[in-house]
Amino acid sequence: MIETENVHYSYPNKVEALKGVSLTIQNGEFVAIMGQNGAGKSTFVKHFNGLLKPSKGTVCINGVETTKSSVASLARNVGFVFQNPDHQLFSETVEEEIGFALKNFGFKPEVIDERVTWALNLLSLTQYRKTSPFLLSGGERKRVALASVLAWDPQTLILDEPTIGQDHEQKEKLRQFILQLQTQKKTVVTVTHDVEFVAECNPRVVLMKEGKIVADGEGKKILTDPEILEMSSIVLPQIAQVFTKLSALGLPKDVIDIYEAKDILMKAKENRRRL
Amino acid sequence: MAIIEIKNLTYTYPGASKSSIDDVSISIEKGEFVLITGPSGCGKTTLCRTFNGLVPHFYQGDVKGEISVAGINTLQHHTYEMAKHVGLVFQNPENQLFALSIEKDVAFGLENNGVPREEMRRKVDWALHQTGIYDIRERSPHEISGGQQQRVAIASVLAMNPEIIVLDEPTSFLDPLSAEKIFEVIHRLNKQQGITVVLVEHRLDLTAKYTNHLIVMDKGKVRLEGNPRQILSSEETRLMGVGIPKATLLYQMLKKESFGLADKTPLSSEELANQLLETLLPK
Amino acid sequence: MSVFDGLRFRKVYSPIHNLDPRIKFVYVIAIFIVAIVFSQIIPLAILFLMQIPFVLLAHVQKQWLRSLRGAAFLATFIFLVNVATVYFTSGYTITAEAVENAVSLTLRFVVLVESFSVFFLTTSPDHLGLALEESKVPYEFAFAFTTAVRFVPVLAEEAQTIMDAQKARGLELEKGNLLKRIRNYVPVLIPLIVSAIRRSLELAEAMESRAWGATKRRSNLYALKLHSGDFGLLAITAGILAVTIYIHFFVPIPNITQFL
Repeated sequence: MIETENVHYSYPNKVEALKGVSLTIQNGEFVAIMGQNGAGKSTFVKHFNGLLKPSKGTVCINGVETTKSSVASLARNVGFVFQNPDHQLFSETVEEEIGFALKNFGFKPEVIDERVTWALNLLSLTQYRKTSPFLLSGGERKRVALASVLAWDPQTLILDEPTIGQDHEQKEKLRQFILQLQTQKKTVVTVTHDVEFVAECNPRVVLMKEGKIVADGEGKKILTDPEILEMSSIVLPQIAQVFTKLSALGLPKDVIDIYEAKDILMKAKENRRRL
Repeated sequence: MAIIEIKNLTYTYPGASKSSIDDVSISIEKGEFVLITGPSGCGKTTLCRTFNGLVPHFYQGDVKGEISVAGINTLQHHTYEMAKHVGLVFQNPENQLFALSIEKDVAFGLENNGVPREEMRRKVDWALHQTGIYDIRERSPHEISGGQQQRVAIASVLAMNPEIIVLDEPTSFLDPLSAEKIFEVIHRLNKQQGITVVLVEHRLDLTAKYTNHLIVMDKGKVRLEGNPRQILSSEETRLMGVGIPKATLLYQMLKKESFGLADKTPLSSEELANQLLETLLPK
Repeated sequence: MSVFDGLRFRKVYSPIHNLDPRIKFVYVIAIFIVAIVFSQIIPLAILFLMQIPFVLLAHVQKQWLRSLRGAAFLATFIFLVNVATVYFTSGYTITAEAVENAVSLTLRFVVLVESFSVFFLTTSPDHLGLALEESKVPYEFAFAFTTAVRFVPVLAEEAQTIMDAQKARGLELEKGNLLKRIRNYVPVLIPLIVSAIRRSLELAEAMESRAWGATKRRSNLYALKLHSGDFGLLAITAGILAVTIYIHFFVPIPNITQFL
């Protein structure tokens, strides 16, 4: 469980990036943290594994304050997948890369071997076990980075802008993967500005602006509220855009799912026909 | 005469076992706004680099076939000669800006060509105004946002007054709002200045509405080419893993249920909404 | 007082910063020459004190003092080596002249270092890059300089991100003996280097695409124009050199030891 209470954070250059953020994330939740560039999203999530410590307020992971723990010990429970896999990759083989964190955490060699095999399998990378990560394509390197974090099976997974540079199919696979993690009761927190991706997943959405949380609730409600979105400079998902323009028909406005959209429109057509 | 004419082009990177572009033939007319899309690794990035000769001159490798851009055979001319006719804007905003102030970056190409200062000043200012960044021209590239950086990149190729601008996934790193702004700038340049635009993108929901000429690539080949309304309706496109705009998908779903919508496949939320209003509002 | 033709760089700190870097460089070379010509304490001390008005006018006192502290270590070393050499080579005696000599040499070192330090502290990288472009230095060098400066903050940020990413995988940079700590930096250095290489490739692509190499005679959007302050400094420099020549040939300089 992640509990943040009135978190303030100022960078060394005195700029205050977080101005009192309070948020609780229960185990097993799927949360998307959204907002403009500079809203403080990445700064905020870096508090979850202790990379940053609040200048005021508290951050507790499973009841333990992050100021009282090292990043390494917090990382055991909170895995952080950074946006650019090339910021992590350095090993000679994919196998070593995935085993890196396991070694740091003091796992035994046999266990490391097991876990590496498991992670490779999970992300369809088994054939690359002995390959150099630098020889893989962009999408494959992203999977290696993800595998290297999953290998130690943290309860919480933080994904920083996981959809950047990904094509449609890759995003779809990512979405399925997150669903899979959810069935395993893992907590998933993703920082993203990809509205369409969030619309498809429909998680809890936390919207940030200028270092504060301005909205927190069901994705469907937040992503279709034009006032909220305008205030935080986010674009409506396309399905919602369609329904906003259909206000003359008296149809509901909080639609982001394409199947729900179809059903609503079919019913509307039926009603018209009956009239 | 087509401004870009590619015939049976095949290219293999040095040391690669497979070719990245395989027997590709494309014809682009002056003033068109062409959209190229396809799954990762389909060869669209490589194709972009053939337009100004980076492929094959910068990357070396094996090239077969013919390519003519703005009437020039790129295989036999230096990239710096092509730069006057075709400007390339790349994916990563940060790695295209190397000067200490924005206007110096925009002037870079002109400086390389030895353009006299008076003329250069005029062209730089014009490019800055066209891309809406005149007010920040003295800032340094590190101080501005990704969206602004990409506009600087566009301005810096625009300053050389090319007939063609090619953009390789220019909004990958940008949020949807900044991305929209970039597409608007590009659209305006195409409509008002008559500049031929070749845009490589995944985000069809934001870009399909700007084009009449869509090219879908897969595994190094051109698989589909033509009007986006037809291409985005086809099952083959969807199966290739192309991200079809949600409005278009919804339209297709409703069409299957004989909803009674007009025959024109919508490419944007406005178009679909208008069609729905027509069908559902009492006459 | 604007130095550039139609250009206003942000953060212009002072009139000294506004001076043409090329003129400032000529001044520094002159000081360099004078410091070599004289080996007595008095002129060297005067040379050293002459830096101070520039430092104060440019408001860079704090940084200048810091660089002095940095030079102090090496200066002390030079002094001790000189004294020791004399001590061991002239029969284990130290004369007052020897000490004075050592002090002069040390002072000369300090003057040389500090005059360059003042130059760099009072010249912004933009200004310096432009001066390089306008000078006879091949454009490639000026370009390499300005590009390096441009990317310093970017690389610094990236290094921090990489460290964060590896710390998030349990890497503990502070732990262990010296050898272990050096090894711990491998997962930080490799991504940094690989990233730098990728970045330079992308930069090269962008440069080529914007006509890099089109002509040998590049033009420049900006121009460095000399203004009254620059001519003033040039006059001062000429004056110093003239006085130096006069004193060197016609005026004997007393040694301190003569007064003792």
